[in-house]
Amino acid sequence: MEPVVTAHQLRKHFGSIAAVDGIDFTIESGECFGILGPNGAGKTTTVAMIYCFLPVGGGTLTVLGKDVRHHSRVIKGCLGVVPQENNLDPDLTVVDNLLVYASYFGIPRAVALERALAQLDFFALSAKKNEEVENLSGGMKRRLTIARGLMNNPDILVLDEPTTGLDPEARHYIWQHLKHLKQNGLTIILTTHYLEEASQLCDRLIILDSGKILEEGSPVELVARHAGDNVIQIGIPHEHRQGLLAAAGTLLHGHLFIGESAYLFPGKTARQVMNSVSQMPQIGYIMQRPANLEDVFLKLTGRGFEGV
Amino acid sequence: MSNSFPYSNFNQYAFRVFRRNLTVFTKTWKTNIFFNFFEPLLYLAAMGWGLGSFVGEINGLSYIQFIAPGMIASSAMWSSSSECTYDSYVRLHYQKTYHAIVATPVQIDEVVVGDMLTGVFKSVLYGSVILLVITLLGLVPSLWALAVPLVLVLCGFVFAELGMVWTGLVPGIDSFSYFFTILITPMFLFSGVFFPLEALPETVRILAWFLPLYHIVILLRSLVLGVVTPALLLHAAWLIVFIVALFPLPLYLMRRRMVK
Repeated sequence: MEPVVTAHQLRKHFGSIAAVDGIDFTIESGECFGILGPNGAGKTTTVAMIYCFLPVGGGTLTVLGKDVRHHSRVIKGCLGVVPQENNLDPDLTVVDNLLVYASYFGIPRAVALERALAQLDFFALSAKKNEEVENLSGGMKRRLTIARGLMNNPDILVLDEPTTGLDPEARHYIWQHLKHLKQNGLTIILTTHYLEEASQLCDRLIILDSGKILEEGSPVELVARHAGDNVIQIGIPHEHRQGLLAAAGTLLHGHLFIGESAYLFPGKTARQVMNSVSQMPQIGYIMQRPANLEDVFLKLTGRGFEGV
Repeated sequence: MSNSFPYSNFNQYAFRVFRRNLTVFTKTWKTNIFFNFFEPLLYLAAMGWGLGSFVGEINGLSYIQFIAPGMIASSAMWSSSSECTYDSYVRLHYQKTYHAIVATPVQIDEVVVGDMLTGVFKSVLYGSVILLVITLLGLVPSLWALAVPLVLVLCGFVFAELGMVWTGLVPGIDSFSYFFTILITPMFLFSGVFFPLEALPETVRILAWFLPLYHIVILLRSLVLGVVTPALLLHAAWLIVFIVALFPLPLYLMRRRMVK
């Protein structure tokens, strides 16, 4: 089957700044594709070109087999968009938000009403049907925005940082809903700087930094490739870094120092490394934990997602 | 991301945006209508009855009869221009309604046209309300007044376009007061609403000819009083040329503002 999105040497400049700097990727039908990266990496710019809000700066981008430069109206008709900024219509009630949005697609009123009620039910918003959107909580607003993006039965749902700014409970609630949608076969494109979100939801992802792709693969693959199973995290002053490496010896697959923290990637030899370095008196704390995407990012860029 | 021929944006997509604005309007029209016809009535009372008792007849008309048609014009002008300045800017900048709509099959030019149609709608509605009120006050002697809404369509387009040009340019919402101080208020005062322009020096009269409201006031006063001559067609033509010529500019400016 043809990929639903194909980007080739995709670029976008704002003035002299390259927000997206020649990236290639494809997205297959039915997968949840993640675009991961710190703030300012070019995630939003990339998806905004996919949903035809920003004109493509260079290279080619096709969505559902069509060039975004020439077929934006047709493409937009087949996408569901959940933007980063909440832009629900504050002049309208909850259910009218869905109905009026559907009217932009030319969906007949009766069909729209049926879908709206089903969406409100699915997102547990039925009780708020006639509420003003201002009176909804942050999590409810997000759910309503996702419901709105589904009103046209899209082929692809594009979510730009869907859970940024939400509390952990609201975030898990939204993940649950997105997993349901994924199980029903919906193609999802998701940007996030939450690594847990990416590991929970994405089948495949790209890691962006400064407009370039650093890595690409499934979350499990990426972690295995770059960080192994486990990470040993150690609190240690600068001056004892060399001593620590000497103690860990040749067993180490990789390491990283950030401030007063050391990250050791021991591969299959976690126990031996733990035994040898935990003897050092200069160590503040030592902890062994499963490796995650954050470690991959740390290792690839030498800095954390939130910046160091 | 836009239709290459600007006038082709008068389409079903623009109409969907217009319908969205209408849906919102149906929830708030009671308070809106009240405030919009209250102010012209204040002018009518203060100027027409108050000042009018010191002013003799103008061209054979009582002063209140002279200014009443101008109140239709000013109400229509204010409603259309505030729709496409403050209201559009709030939707664009604060509510991000424009951003939400352009993620659907509707394109930015069509959102702008939809908003301008809303301005035209309000011009016709609020102007007609004033027409109704002055009719009840016995100030409308002619059945030609039934053609007033047609003039209000032209008036609506003129000020929707001017307002939207400003909205495409302003750095922030505070700058709209310049639009009203520099453009709308002088037009309100010097387009023959309150006194015949023959009272002014020749040069001012020539300048007034370039103001769209001048032509609107002549059309409205002639229809309300039933003094209809073929010369009115020239005033209508002036307005139509103005509307057609200016139309691409607000679309261009708003597109430039939205699409980076």
